[in-house]
Amino acid sequence: MAELTTLAEAVADLVSDGDSVALEGFTHLIPFAAGHEVLRQGRQELELIRMTPDILYDQMIGMGAARRLVFSYGGNPGVGSLHRFRDAVEHDWPRPIELEEHSHAGMANRYAAGAARLPFAVMRGYVGTDLAPLAGVAPITCPFTGEELIAVPALRPDVAIVHAQEADREGNVQLWGIPGVQKETVLAADRALVTVERIVDELEPRPGAVVIPGWVIDAVAEAPGGSRPSYSLGITERDNDFYRFWDKLSRDRDEFTAWMREHVLREDSR
Amino acid sequence: MSEVTSGEVQTVVAARRLEHATSVFIGVGRPSTAAILARMVHNPELVLVYESGTIGAKPFHIPLSIGDGELAETADVVVSVPEMFNYWIGPGRVEVAFLGAAQVDRFGNLNSTVIGEYAHPKTRLPGAGGAPEIAACCQEVVIIAPHSPRTFVEHLDFRTTVGYGDGPGDRRRLGFRGRGPTAVVTDLGVLEPDEDSAELTLTALHPGVDVQEVQEATGWELKVTAEPATTPPPTDEELSALRELLDR
Repeated sequence: MAELTTLAEAVADLVSDGDSVALEGFTHLIPFAAGHEVLRQGRQELELIRMTPDILYDQMIGMGAARRLVFSYGGNPGVGSLHRFRDAVEHDWPRPIELEEHSHAGMANRYAAGAARLPFAVMRGYVGTDLAPLAGVAPITCPFTGEELIAVPALRPDVAIVHAQEADREGNVQLWGIPGVQKETVLAADRALVTVERIVDELEPRPGAVVIPGWVIDAVAEAPGGSRPSYSLGITERDNDFYRFWDKLSRDRDEFTAWMREHVLREDSR
Repeated sequence: MSEVTSGEVQTVVAARRLEHATSVFIGVGRPSTAAILARMVHNPELVLVYESGTIGAKPFHIPLSIGDGELAETADVVVSVPEMFNYWIGPGRVEVAFLGAAQVDRFGNLNSTVIGEYAHPKTRLPGAGGAPEIAACCQEVVIIAPHSPRTFVEHLDFRTTVGYGDGPGDRRRLGFRGRGPTAVVTDLGVLEPDEDSAELTLTALHPGVDVQEVQEATGWELKVTAEPATTPPPTDEELSALRELLDR
């Protein structure tokens, strides 16, 4: 059963140095507040997993919290590069980072296999690309038709962290709008933390919503505005200006570091 | 109206390719602008599919990201990423895919991963995203890229996405079910695969562009069709719709 707690306590309880941590949310509902709390608590040597690293992982990589990144698209959506990610890969700054990269279809299927507690998922993909030998995928023959397919290994993160619009007092979570891979990520991980915009007495059914029962979640923490500069549909709007601002600010190591100290690391920036 | 830019011609030509399409898969930037323009001018029923899971989105504004709120709010249905790739992209339900890339080779293979060596890249690019499976599975692919020798290269630094591989027959050998790239729309003209060799061939020039200019912007000895067509210039309707869209 999910414990309703504070974000600081949830991160202290669930995230340790060296863990593999998946903070998911496909453009929408990115758990920025939780990622920032992980940085404030000084977690190190993380294996960060995320389909689209986005600004959040740019920040975590730039602060040196990650030893390894598992991903499928490392850009600033619609704007261009993630400069801290690039600096880490191109110049080992602030530390070298190991990469494991996939396609979106591959990552999505890996999470789904993890959620199903299967060792791998089967798909058509990767073949003929230079990605295939790097991604650790393998050919597999269909036992029924003989078709050659691709097996991708299951993803089983130590910790899943996602953001949603709301939870009730039993820790049942509801999210709507673009659902990404959050349900699969929560079910694939050993431990799960969900931050929410608000705690409500009762979840009101909404079209297309994803509900994750509280008994598969370890901790739920209220974090209003916790997906900014991403957004929580119906509650906050995506701050497209911030995504453009980040492109300029993050090009410079010192400006980046000063900004992070001022806006993320300070105790009163919670 | 002020003079037409080459970028506007490129967008208008890309939009025209969707006149009879039922559905198109698009990323952000020029592909998205072209697809929204196609809905405005040519094909109001066109189904826009974005990687974020929004199927049948009807954006009034050009979205900055593939996951902007307006896409989810106007979509016929919004699906998870596993569903998008396994139920919609994989089976080839989406007709046309608009793809961009940092590098394109003569067989329409694409690089969006690195410039330089993979282990020590000169420039680390964002990576594959959905492109490899989209290009394998959608019924046809239209590549939209700026025409320059940096983009149109003899050898890719990394093959992220397969067009025609090393030539005819490769797509079948690899088990791909989509037809592959049917056109590359640039700011100078249109390249289409040769029926026999699958090699990209210059088939149309945008107004005011000559073959020499396109050859100089291409990093390999470009095949040119016997008599390249001239792209009909944007009509007043196309141009005013495009400019109005960009001003929104």
